[in-house]
Amino acid sequence: MKFRGKIIDVACLNHFTRKSHICSKTLTKTCVLRLTPDNLFFILSEKVANGGVSMWCELAQANFFDEYQMEGVTQEDNEICLEVAPENLARALKTLQNAKALKVKLTKKHCPCLTIPTLSTVSRVVMHDVPVDVIPRKLWHEFKEPHMPNFDVSIYLPPLKTLKNVVDRMKNLSNFLVLEANMSGEMNLKIETDLVSVTTHFKDLGNPPWGEDGSQRDSDAMAQARLDVRRLQQFLMGQQVNPTKALCNLVHQRLVHLILLHEDVSLQYFIPTVA
Amino acid sequence: LNMPLSTQSQTDDEFYVFVATLDNARNLSNLLKAIAFKDHAIFTATPNGLKVTVEDSKCMQANAFIQADIFQEFTIKDDLVGFQVNLTVLLDCLNIFGGSTVPGVSTALRMCYVGYGYPLTLFLEEGGVVTVCKINTQEPEEPIDFEFCSSNVTNKVILQSESLKDAFSELDMTSEVLQITMSPAQPYFRLSTFGNSGNAHYDYPKDSDMMELFQCTKTQTNRYKMSLLKPSTKALALSCKVSVRTDNRGFLSLQYLVRNDDGQICFVEYYCCPDEEGEEE
Repeated sequence: MKFRGKIIDVACLNHFTRKSHICSKTLTKTCVLRLTPDNLFFILSEKVANGGVSMWCELAQANFFDEYQMEGVTQEDNEICLEVAPENLARALKTLQNAKALKVKLTKKHCPCLTIPTLSTVSRVVMHDVPVDVIPRKLWHEFKEPHMPNFDVSIYLPPLKTLKNVVDRMKNLSNFLVLEANMSGEMNLKIETDLVSVTTHFKDLGNPPWGEDGSQRDSDAMAQARLDVRRLQQFLMGQQVNPTKALCNLVHQRLVHLILLHEDVSLQYFIPTVA
Repeated sequence: LNMPLSTQSQTDDEFYVFVATLDNARNLSNLLKAIAFKDHAIFTATPNGLKVTVEDSKCMQANAFIQADIFQEFTIKDDLVGFQVNLTVLLDCLNIFGGSTVPGVSTALRMCYVGYGYPLTLFLEEGGVVTVCKINTQEPEEPIDFEFCSSNVTNKVILQSESLKDAFSELDMTSEVLQITMSPAQPYFRLSTFGNSGNAHYDYPKDSDMMELFQCTKTQTNRYKMSLLKPSTKALALSCKVSVRTDNRGFLSLQYLVRNDDGQICFVEYYCCPDEEGEEE
């Protein structure tokens, strides 16, 4: 099992730190870094008891790395699966802001580590050892790409900044929020408490073409999901940059599936409903 | 409720006793922020405009006044319409789109009230997105009448807010009271604190550029609880001028003149009782 990578292009480097920042911001405790010959994945899958949020973030290595060598566990299972605290990784990558190059290597020190020596502009080498846990093959099935749920409604999201403002204010007023949307490009966010009821109406959002086939659904009928506002906030927190495409799939009263597509990064986020 | 603001129900309007619209909701929310030190706010609408009152411990009262002509539409069907709402909730609603300060981006507001027992309904619109808020109302409490009338005013000064902001930023907040001395003779206008690190005095000469008006007839020294005055610094920060008055009982009136985003003038006013423990002399 071997992994080493190198980024020397400064633009790529900034890009990578920014993108990993997006991933780390969204996450809380630990996440899984999955390495394949073509891709890097940041994966989160929370236990249901902790809210059951899951996230899947995919980066094409060729878009970032100048050198990328990996040898998986075996030739058939040519992958590496590592558990890492995104906080530690983010801290190490933070020092890259003034760096000229990034090298990253899987090493065996007192424990397995991702070792990141960064050459800063003042020609000083800073070594970061980010401890990781190697995940055995028998657990890999937990980190396969989640399949697209059989959704009732699929809709493009409004500008994330607007969405964030509204969700942040709603969080001040209530712990739970109802997100509803239909196939006519309408999406509503609602809260209701003893003191106040608030509904924000978005319209003309558009629905991705894949929702159109098959279903005999009334295009005005709303699919609803009641969510813990913090989960939605968590998703919106890391998203300062507007993605190329942002969309939301709703399984009525079960699940919200959010997808952000950047040019070279895709992020999927699953929030289960609460009763 | 799915209708956009423009088409929203001219037909519904006949049910409302009070309707007010603003092109820029910040012109209301900024003023309300300056008096938001307690949750309960009493709204009193008359044909002249809107008054919002917040009180603390029966010793302090803040009023924000928004003249009817500041609103693009201001319709009232009675001589007086009153209700009480939770101010923190109202402010979160008014800022639902983030309360952007970017020029050219503003939240339009339409505020409607059917009458006793009905919620205060807000329609907010920014960039084609509409938010509808229904805030529960309560019967308004009778605001305290501080019986502060201009004929009983002993001392009055009008200052540029800049100068008072400086003073307030340097005040020793560990002091339990702020003592205000106003006098026709020296020290003219003095703010004093008595804190952990000693006593401090802040004097204003009466011929200072910052002093626009000086009308003191009698030497008066009164103490006011710092905790009661502290919230007024929010209004001070927004304002361009402040009038400080005391009456023959030692009651304090602070009137802040606030210029809104569109250059129109509104007022925020504070009344405060003197601190009784401070009156041994």
